[in-house]
Amino acid sequence: MIAIIDYDAGNIQSVGNALSRLGTEYVLTSDPAVLDGASKIILPGVGNAAHAVESLREKGLESYVRSLRRPVLGICVGLQIMCRRSEEGDSRGLGIFDCDVRKFEPGPDCKVPHMGWNTISNLEGKLFKDMKGGSWVYFVHSYYPALCPDTVATCTHAGVMFSAALRYENFYGTQFHPEKSGGAGEKILRNFLEL
Amino acid sequence: MVAKRIIPCLDVKDGVVVKGINFLGLKEVGDAVDMGVRYAREGADELVYLDISATREGRNTFAALVEKIAAGIDIPFTVGGGIGSVDDASRLLDAGADKVSINSAAIRDPELIGRIASKYGSQFVVVAIDAKCVDGTWKATTHGGSVMTDKELFSWAMEAQQRGAGEILFTSMDHDGTKGGYACEVYERLSELLSIPVIASGGAGSIADIAKVLTEGKADAALAASIFHYGEIGIQELKEALRKENINVRI
Repeated sequence: MIAIIDYDAGNIQSVGNALSRLGTEYVLTSDPAVLDGASKIILPGVGNAAHAVESLREKGLESYVRSLRRPVLGICVGLQIMCRRSEEGDSRGLGIFDCDVRKFEPGPDCKVPHMGWNTISNLEGKLFKDMKGGSWVYFVHSYYPALCPDTVATCTHAGVMFSAALRYENFYGTQFHPEKSGGAGEKILRNFLEL
Repeated sequence: MVAKRIIPCLDVKDGVVVKGINFLGLKEVGDAVDMGVRYAREGADELVYLDISATREGRNTFAALVEKIAAGIDIPFTVGGGIGSVDDASRLLDAGADKVSINSAAIRDPELIGRIASKYGSQFVVVAIDAKCVDGTWKATTHGGSVMTDKELFSWAMEAQQRGAGEILFTSMDHDGTKGGYACEVYERLSELLSIPVIASGGAGSIADIAKVLTEGKADAALAASIFHYGEIGIQELKEALRKENINVRI
């Protein structure tokens, strides 16, 4: 059983829909007792990182997530709140990834949000098993995880190269939305499920 | 580099996809979920579903449909039509929509943009503007182009961005349904003014029209309906042609 953490952080149903399309059972919960029964955990999230981390704290799940030793996948804002800190609302994250989240500076050649399909490169590790650099995935974000020692995939928007995915021990994160990334996204989710 | 997006638009009335010309004279073209799945498979980058039902029953049918669309397709989709409050937007988010498009309600109540954006993020809010050129000035309209407002297109688009819109979807009512090409100069100016993405809509008749609005018109995405619905241009064929013109598209 896969658990998706339910913590008032935007459109989380779409992750569940993607798992259903893969024929995988899941539960949407914020109850640690239920989370304890899951083999893998997904921390989704869209919207504001400062609100999301606050909401996770209110549910008493901050130290729970940090202490997990099973595979955990943070998606978009889910990844961002697993970082050290974010320029969004100058918020402190869980500090799992050795990474800071920065703001794209909007300009004539830098549309923000970075919205749409972009390619990922420098793919490393099991999350990207049997995948090639140059795969197209879907991004929607105004803040980006910087390059860091935990970077396992990169992407470039308006001349800024950032971490498209991170990994530290059992923790994985994608800045893009695998659940909205067609065939490539399905492959990445499948790779996570097979960890 | 982020790819230019190709977005089929599906107008939905009472659960069925329809297409009209200049918003009048509707014709049924297919099932909303089946068409979405097919477009996603053919390489569409996103989908837009607009509810044009005028009745409460039609609106309820649409919300139920959004859940089915979300379950069936693996690319992002925007829903619009009749969204007048944060509650309306919340309901569609819960049903699985990735973005909502607001139009007349934003003109009536511009603060609605900020209320939705602060709750769910700017990436969730598309502000759609239907405008017409009258005596050399582009003015926003409501009710499918039949009611003129006092909002000038460029200043209204800037205001929408400042209030928290994540994208602008501009439809030229002078071009919509004509298949004579997009209002390229208008998109070029909008794109230079704004730091959020601009989606071009209204007037696509050929591959060349789409190529032009994505290059000269500097639009981030091109939306079209009838050319896709009636199979005049296949999405794959379109994208291959765009790539040959050195336009960055996802294939």
